[in-house]
Amino acid sequence: MILRGRVWVLGDHINTDVIIPAKYKFRTGDFKELAKHVFEDLDPTLASKISKGDIIIAGRNFGMGSSREHASRVIKEAGVSVIVACSFARIFFRNSINVGLPVIEVKEVNKYFKEGDIAVIDLEKGFVKNETTGIELKSSPYPSFIMDVMRAGGLAAYRKSLKK
Amino acid sequence: MRETVVQKLFRSRLGRAVKPGEIVVADIDLAYAHDGTGPLAIDAFRELGSNRVHDPSKIRFVIDHASPSPNEGASNLQLKLRAFAKECGIKIYEVGEGICHQVIPENESLKPGMFIVGADSHTVTLGAFSLFATGVGSTDFAEVMTSGKLWFKVPEAMKVTLKGGFKPGVMSKDLILRIIGDVGADGATYMSIEFQGEGVKTLSMASRMTVCNMVVEMGAKNGIFPLDEITVKHVDTSSLNDKSVFKPDEDAEYAMSLSYRLDELEPVVAAPHNVDNVKPVKELEGLEVNQVFIGSCTNGREEDFEVAAKILSKKGVRKGVRCIAIPASRKVFLNLLKNGIIDKLVSAGCTVTHSTCGPCLGVHFGILGSGEVAVSTSNRNFKGRMGNPESSIYLASPATAAASAVEGVITDPRKLIGE
Repeated sequence: MILRGRVWVLGDHINTDVIIPAKYKFRTGDFKELAKHVFEDLDPTLASKISKGDIIIAGRNFGMGSSREHASRVIKEAGVSVIVACSFARIFFRNSINVGLPVIEVKEVNKYFKEGDIAVIDLEKGFVKNETTGIELKSSPYPSFIMDVMRAGGLAAYRKSLKK
Repeated sequence: MRETVVQKLFRSRLGRAVKPGEIVVADIDLAYAHDGTGPLAIDAFRELGSNRVHDPSKIRFVIDHASPSPNEGASNLQLKLRAFAKECGIKIYEVGEGICHQVIPENESLKPGMFIVGADSHTVTLGAFSLFATGVGSTDFAEVMTSGKLWFKVPEAMKVTLKGGFKPGVMSKDLILRIIGDVGADGATYMSIEFQGEGVKTLSMASRMTVCNMVVEMGAKNGIFPLDEITVKHVDTSSLNDKSVFKPDEDAEYAMSLSYRLDELEPVVAAPHNVDNVKPVKELEGLEVNQVFIGSCTNGREEDFEVAAKILSKKGVRKGVRCIAIPASRKVFLNLLKNGIIDKLVSAGCTVTHSTCGPCLGVHFGILGSGEVAVSTSNRNFKGRMGNPESSIYLASPATAAASAVEGVITDPRKLIGE
């Protein structure tokens, strides 16, 4: 599974409240509507700038805070294909796998990318490449079960694929 | 055996020894979700293709986050929760009964060593009762509704040894903020935080809940207090055989160990916009405050309001400051009515409301204006957390919050206690 896209670089400790403020999730359960507010308290213009297939590169502890699975789902709905961060918060990491949003930990990854670079990520072989600069970083490939969940597009789709 | 407490809890659950990092599947004794995460868990349940709740007697819903509903969107999400609960025979705690992490221990029979998950990150609060409790997302919650089980990575552990007792004006909130400040917002990621030492005995159950509540703010998977004479007053120990499970082995391997003398701690706040930005109150004294919030799953219990009322009733809330006080449950509210604390809070000028998560997460009640400053006894000060990214939130103990409401500026509560 190879993902290629334009990069947005975010900082350390991006929390679930800035990913999707609670006030919106208590207004609607419609993710198309919620996706309009993704990262709103970080940068109100970001939601309109992210397009399908874009990639987020971030610092430490991405997704800290609430257990709201809305955070993973809303980033996926906004079109982001994968998040590569130095580290992730525990619940966000798990939620993202469950909803089929690839999340990959690579130490110091944020040092090697700037906004607008093109990244290529191979989930099976386990590498993250900055196509713009040519730098290639290693990542741990997913265990085969998680890879199957990712290919299916999340736990629910994976379950359905088993039943067929 | 060299086992930590969390390893022992997993061993007694699985019937075999486990190592940190191992992936295991465990039966869940109790799982709860609220109006913020429950509706999505119902969607996830259907997405998983599930059509039957494995054991409805182990599932609870609590309507506490947007409660009562502030808008029609929230009302319709709550209708969805009620309809599913009725269809599947799931017990639901309704509007006004209280915040899930308070309502569950008040009303459900908790047993030491239980495995509890909640679709809320602050489910870790329940570790105060010597059990394993952690927060999960909506799909994981749907999985628990489907199968009654969930997979876990056995966590590494951090030992926090407590000695002595707090001096007047210092509370367990100051302790947990100090720890988070020392460890950092991701310093305990995926760890079990195990509180030990003779200082533990000086902490009431409410104080222990405050401490466990916030372990997630340093990334932890769970927090746990030992089983002692205080715990047994709050849990059902009738089927308990092996108390050694709640003590680590003497040579247990901890990934990290910290030690605190409680009498050396001072009042602290977490300054904007991260919980690990912890500073002594004395460094921020004099900063003007527009709103004070005393409540939430962190600090909405009887002792919190008793401490606050004592400080507030001296001079009252300063003119121009809004002080909102919200008991964590109806039961807490009733107890505070009976012992005259509500009278003192209202007389002092506080706005006292029914139990709700309300201001803590900026859904309704007490949303801040641009440029405003709040002192809050809740657990997160992230940008925009109280509904406005242009405002600032300082997290503090009920004593510091009350003192700041009285003076209209961030104030060390020890000054008012001495008066």
